Amino acid sequence: MSGYVSGILAQLAINIVIAYSVFLPAAAGLLNLGAAGFVLIGGYVAGALTLKAGVPLFVAIPLAGLAAGLVAFLVSFPILRTRGVYMVLATFAFAEIVGGVLINIPALGGAAGLSVTAYAGLPVVFSVTVLVVAFVSWLLATRFGLAMRAVHDDENVALLFGVNLRLTQVFAFTIGGALGGIGGALLVHQFNFIDVQTTGVMFSIFVLLYVLMGGTQTAWGPVAGALFFTLAPEGLRRAADLAPALKFLESSRYIVFGVAVVLVMMWRPEGLVTRTLVDRIRRA
Amino acid sequence: MQTLQQIVNGLMLGAILSFVAVAFTLTIGMLNFLNFTIPALFMVAGMTLWALASSGGHMFGFGMHWLPAALLGITVAVAGSLVVERFTYRFMKAKYGDATEHALPLVSSLGFVIVFEHLVITLWGTEPQRVTLPFAETDLRVAGLVVGVPQLVSLALAFVLVALLSALLSRTRLGRALRAIAENPDAATLMGIEVNRIVPVVFLITGALSAIAGILYAASYRTVSPFVGDAVAADAIAGMVLGGLGNVWGAIVGGLFVGMVKVLAISWFGAEIEKIPVWGLLLAILVFRPTGLFGHSKIGKGKF
Repeated sequence: MSGYVSGILAQLAINIVIAYSVFLPAAAGLLNLGAAGFVLIGGYVAGALTLKAGVPLFVAIPLAGLAAGLVAFLVSFPILRTRGVYMVLATFAFAEIVGGVLINIPALGGAAGLSVTAYAGLPVVFSVTVLVVAFVSWLLATRFGLAMRAVHDDENVALLFGVNLRLTQVFAFTIGGALGGIGGALLVHQFNFIDVQTTGVMFSIFVLLYVLMGGTQTAWGPVAGALFFTLAPEGLRRAADLAPALKFLESSRYIVFGVAVVLVMMWRPEGLVTRTLVDRIRRA
Repeated sequence: MQTLQQIVNGLMLGAILSFVAVAFTLTIGMLNFLNFTIPALFMVAGMTLWALASSGGHMFGFGMHWLPAALLGITVAVAGSLVVERFTYRFMKAKYGDATEHALPLVSSLGFVIVFEHLVITLWGTEPQRVTLPFAETDLRVAGLVVGVPQLVSLALAFVLVALLSALLSRTRLGRALRAIAENPDAATLMGIEVNRIVPVVFLITGALSAIAGILYAASYRTVSPFVGDAVAADAIAGMVLGGLGNVWGAIVGGLFVGMVKVLAISWFGAEIEKIPVWGLLLAILVFRPTGLFGHSKIGKGKF
């Protein structure tokens, strides 16, 4: 496998893991525009552990998830006080504050970023991703998954049927945060580098967009979204390389992505992969 | 003296932020829609001004006089804003009855941000560009304080335009229709208000406001880049929340305040720290007083 292909596959796998960090809150009716915050926490925690403490990778990755999950649990209480648009803004503000704090810690490299030596190759990244996908699929099949779906569809009806609204949302947010941390841990060890710029303002926006584009009804939605987001730009770049007439695709590939987002929201507002679609495929 | 000068600088930055904050607050107050394309339009106007007014061999580098270039920049941004209206708010309203039931317009507007940003990058690249306007270098000296003329103009313009806007909203027929739509779009339709003809006016006004802000920013700071909207978006949103969602005068005060906090924090603690005070303030207000300092409580309570 060439370095180019394995690089893209690793990026794809990491994007899938990070997608689930936004997917879980979204599946419980919470819009999280703060993916960058949890990815940064996980990335810096895991990077510091392997670099400064010599912790092996297979310990550092779960610990990063734990750290990000803990932070997510703590901030979920103030953030869940907010509703609607206010929550979008609160999660966004949270991510910006995490970036602002991390850039001011000289021990973690400050604005210059953190370079680590431990390397997570494709096998590591892939096995973690498979575990995460399996975990989320299992989670959605449990009573908790049902509760998330009920809260997403109608909070009041869910409450009437005895679903613990607060508990469901706190856990969806917390587990999402933990997955974001794991994604960050993979990210820092795949690229051997992380800085606050890695996950700028546009990062959280992109993640939220490809998750909603993929669909939040089934566990396959984020996979579809991440596939489209990672592979479509590469495909367009390849097309531009092969045919000189398509040269304009090279620089305008993100325009195609933006237009696709607008079109999907117009014609498939629940995302590309919906529950009915999965059912139909199962029956066929 | 140093601090006083920084406060003046902060007010000048704040004036530009208020424009964007007013645009944000107007769409959210009238339509319950957090329109993320506003800072992108801000950037589009500034970049169009630069591209048309300079002649460096880039696309559309006509070396025009700055005034028609600025007006064209505003026109392009307003046209963009109307396109956004067509494919986000109006479409969702026609198809699903209620445009704010889902987060759809918000998500589509983020899609449009990517489209606008990369359209500009495709045309003119990612480099920051220098904008040279004839009056940009003129400074006034008042009692030892240096005040840039373009900044002074933005401050004055911010107050004049918002006074006009608030008169429009409270005194005219159009304003009454807008307030009726803000209250309840369905009831407004039943009362004979043509929602599909009035709503584009909101996008026209917000597009123009953010474009004017973009032009003023380019004039004051003499530089534009395709990413200039990102930083402004963050600060303007903070200003909007501070003033209370849907409150036009609140957005002005909030914008000025955020501008001042930002400039003072940079001068006291250095550039690295500037994110923490603005965003910390925003988060605190969102959590403890979500209606802002002078806001209504009904806005932003949609599903998402």
